[in-house]
Amino acid sequence: MIAASDKVEEQIDEETEFGFWLYLMSDAVLFSLLFGTFAVMSSNLAGGPGGSALFDMKNLATQTALLLVSSLTIALAHHAAHTGHLARTLGWLVVTCLLGAGFLGLEIKELSGFVAQDAGPGRSGYLSAFFTLVGTHGLHVTAGLIWAMTLIAQFLIKGIGLRMTSRLYRLTLFWHFLDIVWIGVFSLVYLPEFL
Amino acid sequence: MTENVSLLFGRLGPDALPFYSWVAFSGALVTLAGGLGFLILVTWLGQWRALWTGWLTSVDHKRIGIMYIVLALIMLVRGFVDAIMMRLQQAMALNSDGYLPPEHFEQIFSSHGTIMIFFMAMPFMTGLLNYIIPLQIGSRDVAFPVLNAISFWLTAAGAGLMLISLVIGRFSTAGWTGYPPYSGVEFTPGVGVDYWIWSILISGVGTTMTGINFIVTILRKRAPGMLLMRMPMFTWTGLCSSVLIIFAFPALTVSTVMLALDRTLGMHFFTNDSGGNMMNYMNLFWIWGHPEVYILVLPAFGIFSEVVATFSSKRLFGYPSLVYATTVIAILSFTVWLHHFFTMGAGANVNAIFGIATMVIAVPTGVKVFDWLFTMFRGRIRFEPPMKFTIGFMCLFVIGGMSGVLLAIPPINYSTHNTTFLVAHFHNMIIPGVLFGYLAGYMYWFPKAFGFQLDRKWGSRSFWFWLVGFLLAFMPLYALGLMGMPRRMETYGNPEWQPLLIVAFIGACLILLGIVSLVMQLWVSIKQRDALKDTTGDPWDGRTLEWSIPSPPPVWNFDSVPVVTARDAFHESKITGVVLSVAPEEEPLLIPRNSTVGPIIGAAGFCVGFGAVWFIWWLMFAGLALAIAAIIGRSFFDDTEVEVFPGEGAESI
Repeated sequence: MIAASDKVEEQIDEETEFGFWLYLMSDAVLFSLLFGTFAVMSSNLAGGPGGSALFDMKNLATQTALLLVSSLTIALAHHAAHTGHLARTLGWLVVTCLLGAGFLGLEIKELSGFVAQDAGPGRSGYLSAFFTLVGTHGLHVTAGLIWAMTLIAQFLIKGIGLRMTSRLYRLTLFWHFLDIVWIGVFSLVYLPEFL
Repeated sequence: MTENVSLLFGRLGPDALPFYSWVAFSGALVTLAGGLGFLILVTWLGQWRALWTGWLTSVDHKRIGIMYIVLALIMLVRGFVDAIMMRLQQAMALNSDGYLPPEHFEQIFSSHGTIMIFFMAMPFMTGLLNYIIPLQIGSRDVAFPVLNAISFWLTAAGAGLMLISLVIGRFSTAGWTGYPPYSGVEFTPGVGVDYWIWSILISGVGTTMTGINFIVTILRKRAPGMLLMRMPMFTWTGLCSSVLIIFAFPALTVSTVMLALDRTLGMHFFTNDSGGNMMNYMNLFWIWGHPEVYILVLPAFGIFSEVVATFSSKRLFGYPSLVYATTVIAILSFTVWLHHFFTMGAGANVNAIFGIATMVIAVPTGVKVFDWLFTMFRGRIRFEPPMKFTIGFMCLFVIGGMSGVLLAIPPINYSTHNTTFLVAHFHNMIIPGVLFGYLAGYMYWFPKAFGFQLDRKWGSRSFWFWLVGFLLAFMPLYALGLMGMPRRMETYGNPEWQPLLIVAFIGACLILLGIVSLVMQLWVSIKQRDALKDTTGDPWDGRTLEWSIPSPPPVWNFDSVPVVTARDAFHESKITGVVLSVAPEEEPLLIPRNSTVGPIIGAAGFCVGFGAVWFIWWLMFAGLALAIAAIIGRSFFDDTEVEVFPGEGAESI
């Protein structure tokens, strides 16, 4: 086996991180189009229920709190990896996963509740746009969870190295990005219904 | 959703076979025979291992580039067969049914557009970017070689879905733009539109990754001294095109996914009832669709710039203005999407703004044309086939540009909307602008890739057939459009249209001869490859770095990375006689190993698409799981590279 030297490795990681920023930019365009579509369709209720009839403040607050705290914990995981603490890195990653899974669980409960009340995505244009926007965010969180669990396994096998820190850095970026998108969802989708 | 969906086969049943039209049935047979013929040929030659290790699992950007171009040329033939069938139908169909049933005619114009844009032009462009850009910037590879292979295989998976739609089931009848509500499930049930959605969705994911790959490659992997303003024009246009890709393709993803959600899960994004808004689709689709035109045409402009400088034996006139014009076009391309649907009724002021923005784009484009003309001015011009295509482009493209400015005026657009005037306009941009450029690039860089030149005589014949064929095929459509002929007519009753439609059919026949000449050119050149051998690596007296290395280049491209001190540094060094200095090597030379991840993810993508089209959900989820497993599995491997020693055992890798 031939290992690339640290310098080459660092350069490869830097390129990958730059590429990942570009991916996030592309993904941001995707989300902004979903937000735009939601705005266009926000009054297309077609006689169905609107957000004010469906949304539950407590659920929303818990979801938001879970996701925001998970952003802090993943930053702590990244910091721990950066300073070379394997156990701490793993610990914070596990906490992040739990918080993310909690968020996802609440989201699934909320959305399946809507479907049960005959307010599924096929009910109206408004609900199609709502389910697609929130669902896309949820799918991203799911992908983030799978990624985080993969990284946990890799940290256990490979320990902390340049390549692993770079991977965790990218996951951290991704996770913060999802947080920002959620703040958009919170402010543009949910909040107006409570005002 | 009243169809009978079985757990194992979804809605796939024996009625999926194309017995509804003898033409479609023969097309299916030809497709099958082509596929089987390829398999038999490879088996007969005993080349499976060579194919697998040398090509299918290769992550070498040059091999991937060649595979892209092969895919593009195959799809060019398929898309052209669609085109000539439509021309024949329209030449015949005065007060009669012609030879095609209406539903089949609709499938043909839909597949023609889809194939030509997504599976001919896009792979052709990506293939040229892949082969040339790393060589032009003095790099040994692209930034992400395995991702590059995955991109290719996803594109191939989309093309595969497109081809299989002719054999199993039917293709969309909704045109290449798939406008709802017609493309919705209420008016168009069945698998056609789903085939359209999933084939472009899957290849679109590959394209997005290509965009990311090339931005990083160009911005991070240039040879020392290769400043941005020293980059060859083709690299510049590739960079702008890649930026457009990552900004524009999400819009295609969003619009087609929403259409799929409407069709498959009964949502209401674009339906007539329940709060749908189909105008939103037009906006989303063209927010991608207009930049897409520039994604295709900018690299072609780059090729013309390289070709015109090389064959005029002069440095490119107005290089900075070409760079600025390219970036300005890239930015403006996001501000004009509404001109595709002035008649939607957005209001006079909105239409005026978009009309003006559209006319403004003509300014930087005009700058480019003048730059090319001034490059030729007082140059020592060599009329090699690539140069002929370039000059042909300049003449024809100006005509297309003028009809474009006409269409940009909303009142004129209202009266020509959806007529063959529009069809003539965009073919006038895309055939000379895009396809002539790619063909020029193919003939220009072919000796670099294969070590021998292409036959000049057949190249010229191909050019003249394309040029005259294009004029005969599309100039009548301008006239027909002004005479009021709508596009996509399966039959018509106006006898004044027929003579012009017959002329257009003759034009299509000449284009067929142009394609035959391309095949002949390849055949003759392979036969005479010893006589046409390129021993110098620089057959055209080129200006850019790709000509400084042997043809074909070694796997690692550059034995030692050159240090660039000027624009056209290689040409400079030939004139001054001072050899380009090279950067010192500090590290062992590593190249990535072959990877099966590309073909696996391609196969997975095909399963996802096929499963989604036919509601075979287990297949779709199996494909998804396979793709995820392949990516995660790959991430556990660290030993992905192998060391090579320039000059030793080069061919064995």
